[in-house]
Amino acid sequence: MIEKKEMLIFEQSKPGRIAYSLPDNDVETYDLAAELPEHLSRKVAAELPEVSELQLMRHYTALANKNFGIETGFYPLGSCTMKYNPKINEDVARYDGFTAIHPLQAPETVQGALQLLYELQEDLKQVTGMDEICLQPAAGAQGEWAGLLVFKAYHAANGEGAQRRTILVPDSAHGTNPASAAVAGYDVVEIKSNENGTVGVEALKSALGPDTAGLMLTNPNTLGLFEIDIVEIAEIVHEAGGLLYYDGANANAILGKSTPGEMGFDVVHLNLHKSFSTPHGGGGPGSGPIGVKSFLTPFLPNPRIEKKEAQFVLNNDYPQSIGRVKGYFGNFGVNVRAYAYIRSMGAQGLQKVSEYAVLHANYLKARLADAYDTPFKQHCKHEFVLSGLRQKKQGVRTLDIAKRLLDYGFYAPTVYFPLIVEECIMIEPTDTEAKETLDEFADAMIAIAKEVEEQPDLLHNAPTTQSVRRLDEVIAARKPKVVYQK
Amino acid sequence: MAGKETLYFTKEHEWIEVVGEDYVRIGISDYAVEQLGDVVFVELPELNGQMTVEEAFSTVESVKSSSEIYAPVQGTITKVNDLLEDEPEKLNDSPFNEGWIVEVQASEKLNTGEWMDAKAYDQYVSEL
Repeated sequence: MIEKKEMLIFEQSKPGRIAYSLPDNDVETYDLAAELPEHLSRKVAAELPEVSELQLMRHYTALANKNFGIETGFYPLGSCTMKYNPKINEDVARYDGFTAIHPLQAPETVQGALQLLYELQEDLKQVTGMDEICLQPAAGAQGEWAGLLVFKAYHAANGEGAQRRTILVPDSAHGTNPASAAVAGYDVVEIKSNENGTVGVEALKSALGPDTAGLMLTNPNTLGLFEIDIVEIAEIVHEAGGLLYYDGANANAILGKSTPGEMGFDVVHLNLHKSFSTPHGGGGPGSGPIGVKSFLTPFLPNPRIEKKEAQFVLNNDYPQSIGRVKGYFGNFGVNVRAYAYIRSMGAQGLQKVSEYAVLHANYLKARLADAYDTPFKQHCKHEFVLSGLRQKKQGVRTLDIAKRLLDYGFYAPTVYFPLIVEECIMIEPTDTEAKETLDEFADAMIAIAKEVEEQPDLLHNAPTTQSVRRLDEVIAARKPKVVYQK
Repeated sequence: MAGKETLYFTKEHEWIEVVGEDYVRIGISDYAVEQLGDVVFVELPELNGQMTVEEAFSTVESVKSSSEIYAPVQGTITKVNDLLEDEPEKLNDSPFNEGWIVEVQASEKLNTGEWMDAKAYDQYVSEL
């Protein structure tokens, strides 16, 4: 079958064609233009596309059919935890009792919603080993920013606000870490990883000083490796007067096995949309709650959701609070899904999540270890990195391998990240895949490695089976067209 | 404009051309642009701004990543290559000539001995 190129909805537009009809106006006509200030009223009609209802339906159905998601196929996008999110959690988030209330209602009238948030806080205390939780941050990076503001408020309260200006970040960190630190007003200093892919304790020691506000760390890190020196790291950062921040992006690897609290972290965020069941490939909404140890609770965002006798209440009575970081109570629907997920999985179920996530990653890594370079030999946690260096020497780059995987029907892994591994391929199979799927993917990767040797042009020209070929990223970045023009 | 053999290099892959007494032109090496891939944006520093040794003065974005460019000397930025605003690809096409980034009046006497010459740099790169 010859695939028809889908036109833009604008290109299908014909003047006067219409996909809706409105009833006759039965209220008094209102002249909006007369009320609007001159500079705010539109002089030229908006060029909206004009199509029939059927054209509209066909267009968006065609686009939807081109979409790839976790329900279409395997999605091993490293660092993103693209696992299956059970549909029952979607149902629960759509209950009338959760969707037909308003955040400005009096707390007495929304006790059920507040109870859910309160109980989610209690559950997340256990997941993280922290003493208090705030559910407000809208996603991971906002959680980081809020957590760093807590660092700042703490140091300021100790009279060290001006002195402690520096946040240390390993060179394998998620890009959001240095970005959040910069937005929070900190200077960022990068710590080099050692040859095992973990934080170099000596490099860390030499970077610590009276200016250190804290260290941000993901554990397991972005290479999928557990920071085995974490207890010593926590000790030396604390000795230097700094605090430890845990980026919970990789929480899928440790649920029910270990907690950031036990490891010595002072502030943590979780990406509920990743580890706790919200579909998150489309850019949101997310939820990035933060948890803190007891000595930091005075600085948490207001209002806090608390239980006073049998009532759930909003408490603003924390004068040292960094204040509100998000409208209302964060992304409530995502928090409902997380609650439903935690309650349906139970503590043992969550433990199994991490066991399977780690088992799947190690299985895939072992199956691919002959065909590709594995820069780190030790067992991994929930994800691992390969290097395409061997293939690069044959004239095929990691990018080509990623594009070729699309022809095999898989979403490509994360590539060229973390930055410390050349020609990096980062694979996170997640807990929800069947062994057969893992094998199909491993077979495809091994077949591709063979193609590199025998038919490298297959890779240079890939993808050939998708609705578009390789897009020109360079032109797109240098000369972006962000608005449709006739 | 001089050829690669007359330039000095840092371990961070900047090149330095001595264009006058305590006056240098700075860019990034052929190896650096090859590693970056296609450059799509160069964040240029302000004219007459100060440059502090080993601190970043510019950021280069490619389709793959974003990298900071570190100052090899202390001094005042006297010229900025505005061409890179509209044609960042000059960095790929001509890293040693049209792709220069800034010129700097050094505030201290230059010590070229702390940098590598082209031969030493090529040796350094071959061992990476």
